[in-house]
Amino acid sequence: MRQTARIISTYSADTFGVCSALFELGGMVVMHDASGCNSTYTTHDEPRWYDMDSMIYISGLSEMEAIMGDDEKLIGDIVAAAEELHPNFIAVAGTPIPTMTGFDFSAVAELIEERTRIPAFGFASTGMNTYVYGASMAFAGIARRFVKKDMEKTTHLSANILGVTPLDFSVNGSEKAIEDFMKNAGFEVISRWAMGSTLGEMEKAGCASVNLVVSETGLGAAKVLKEQFGTPYVVGTPIGSAYQSVLRQALLDAAQTGKYEQKTSDLPESQIAVIGEGITSFSLAQAIELEYGKGVKVLCAAEYAGDYLRKKDCLTPDEEDIMEALDGIEVVIADPLYRPIFPEHIRFIALPSESFSGRIYRNEIPNLILRFEK
Amino acid sequence: MLTKVNEPMERKLEGIRIADADFPAPFVSGLEYAAPARGTWNIVHTGMLIPEAHEIFVCAASCLRGVVLTAAEMHAEDRFSTVAVREHNLLDGDMEDLVIEGVSDIIEKLPKRPPAVLVYTSCVHHFAGCDLDMIYGELRSRFPDIDFTDCYMNPIMRKSGLTPDQLMRSRLYTLLKERERRADAVAIIGNDLPTRNESELMEILRFNGLTVHEITSCRTYEEYQKMAESSYYISYHAAAVAGGEILSERLGGTHIYVPFSFDYEEIEQGFQQLGTFMNIKIPNFSEKKRACEQELKETFELIGKTPIAIDYTYCPRPFGLAKMLLDAGFAVEKVYVDSISGEDKKAFDYLKEYFPKLMIYPTVHAGMRFMARKEPGSVLAVGQKAAYFENTNHFVNVVEGGGMLGYDAVCNTLKLMREAYLKEKDMRNLIQIKGMGCEGCV
Repeated sequence: MRQTARIISTYSADTFGVCSALFELGGMVVMHDASGCNSTYTTHDEPRWYDMDSMIYISGLSEMEAIMGDDEKLIGDIVAAAEELHPNFIAVAGTPIPTMTGFDFSAVAELIEERTRIPAFGFASTGMNTYVYGASMAFAGIARRFVKKDMEKTTHLSANILGVTPLDFSVNGSEKAIEDFMKNAGFEVISRWAMGSTLGEMEKAGCASVNLVVSETGLGAAKVLKEQFGTPYVVGTPIGSAYQSVLRQALLDAAQTGKYEQKTSDLPESQIAVIGEGITSFSLAQAIELEYGKGVKVLCAAEYAGDYLRKKDCLTPDEEDIMEALDGIEVVIADPLYRPIFPEHIRFIALPSESFSGRIYRNEIPNLILRFEK
Repeated sequence: MLTKVNEPMERKLEGIRIADADFPAPFVSGLEYAAPARGTWNIVHTGMLIPEAHEIFVCAASCLRGVVLTAAEMHAEDRFSTVAVREHNLLDGDMEDLVIEGVSDIIEKLPKRPPAVLVYTSCVHHFAGCDLDMIYGELRSRFPDIDFTDCYMNPIMRKSGLTPDQLMRSRLYTLLKERERRADAVAIIGNDLPTRNESELMEILRFNGLTVHEITSCRTYEEYQKMAESSYYISYHAAAVAGGEILSERLGGTHIYVPFSFDYEEIEQGFQQLGTFMNIKIPNFSEKKRACEQELKETFELIGKTPIAIDYTYCPRPFGLAKMLLDAGFAVEKVYVDSISGEDKKAFDYLKEYFPKLMIYPTVHAGMRFMARKEPGSVLAVGQKAAYFENTNHFVNVVEGGGMLGYDAVCNTLKLMREAYLKEKDMRNLIQIKGMGCEGCV
């Protein structure tokens, strides 16, 4: 495996996934990095940067600090900034060099918390995984630390929506459309992780009767909430009316029985492939199969921690994995930056995602929850 | 749709009076913030100046993300490839193999063999003690028809040796091959943006009938190679000096540095030294100097005491510009800089003494996240970061000196200030375009 990309882009990294997940929660997120990560994230991966104040920083790690193991510089800088800015929490996210030097994220977080009396996290992102890994880890951390343990379940249908970040859903109203879907299905939405919800709303997540995981970034939190509160979760993005019906039923069943079962469409002879993050791609594939009766194969390009993919679906982290998975495929649905790798006979349908092409096609990213078209 | 998540809070001022500022670092270093002003160039933009060359970055995903999208935004995806470093590569100790096999794989897959490949390694290679000489040696032996050069994305080394900016500007000329030098050929080196034809430097070179090479005007690899016929290499950005010296030592021409300045004496001195070194005639620029004075007068008549803010992205001498304007009666109130360059110290010291109330603000300090004005301001900004923090559409949209030099820099800056005063720009969208002048698409 040469891990090469002749011409295609790179998915947003785990470090940025941490930032994206925590962006709206009033915390301070520090990427422990020399330089570059901050402008990369805020330029390409964060459409909220210009309009919403959020404390995302880099530590400005230097060669000598890394070699000498001078963690005190980082800790001191964070404590000084926290005293000035009063964040709700502090999170330190890793990058390649701290990974190489064996930086102890949890110990440093503990020291920061001790000095500031502000809840602190150490997220051992490496800068070498995709945003899915980082955002999932961050949401799981929030679930473990902030969700109140002493809350009773609601007596009516209620849910949290887990895994909503602009990296998968941009800022085109998709998060609101998912909430509307849940409300129309009869569920009170307790919190949206994490667009449009406060940390206070997320603290109440334990009282929900079910969780809807709309992207892989929400899977870590879903597992924690299941473990701590017994809350079942349903995996899927509500795309297209047919698949929305399937999800609605799965949510109702899960809320009432505590068990999750989803009828999965698995048509043979797929001539269509969807490339992207697992759950959103799987959901789009389901929507197409159910509404149009055409088999769709998922090429999952980011980390996969679920159990929803079918036998015909593949994990394709690299350009050459994708090329190997194209046998029999006539139509590809993917981000426009994938287009150059496909031969001319393959029909390419552009479906931009901030997680791959960043801000380039932001204005063309569809709200598939509201507008699912042939 | 988007709303503020934090309650507004009373913030302390992050700025200080110049009278209280230390040289060269007026602010304590700490956590760093990135303002959404993106016009300055990065190592991808600069590398693309070599015509027909292909860039290959070998880095972790977090590092690749910014550079791959830089290439995509400048519509240069077909000249850009990546090799992803993963965690197992750090543990397996196969970093050299990954570079060699990855780069080879990409070259074999390219539809057309490039004449040159820029291979960028990163901090992880440095920390893993990779044998870079072996890597490049192997690549050269596998692909003898390709010129390889070593480039770096290792910002962790920014405080040791050459800065990433200096390093990239020096790597840009390492592919030049020695050829017979022409006494009448000169190369302007180290600038990302083309030198303005109106600048006195170009006038001098034209006046003496010299052939001028500049990487920004090269359209083919052969044109780029022709730069090596130059007998003189002229740079005017301090960050280009190291590259000029390396080039001069390698190919044998003479490197001459003509500093960017707003000080008439220094401008004149720079051109006179150029004339002496090259043994060429320098035209009389007294008329140009008078034109500068006239521009200052006209601009002041229009702008008057409108508050002005300047930032370091505009040009290499923000304090030099502040000094010129304050001496002429303008109301410069703020300068946004994170550090002060040695070349700007003289102006900094002067302002400290004669304009002690001038405020200096950092751009990366953590508290600056909340310092941008929420409501549109009435400040005339010179530079993108100043425009952002002052929230003004009246701003001069130029980065890195914009190819200006000499008296032309004075006159053109004033002309641009008048234009900015009279006409608003779409600040929010303009400042977010990466690599200004590099065909950004967003």
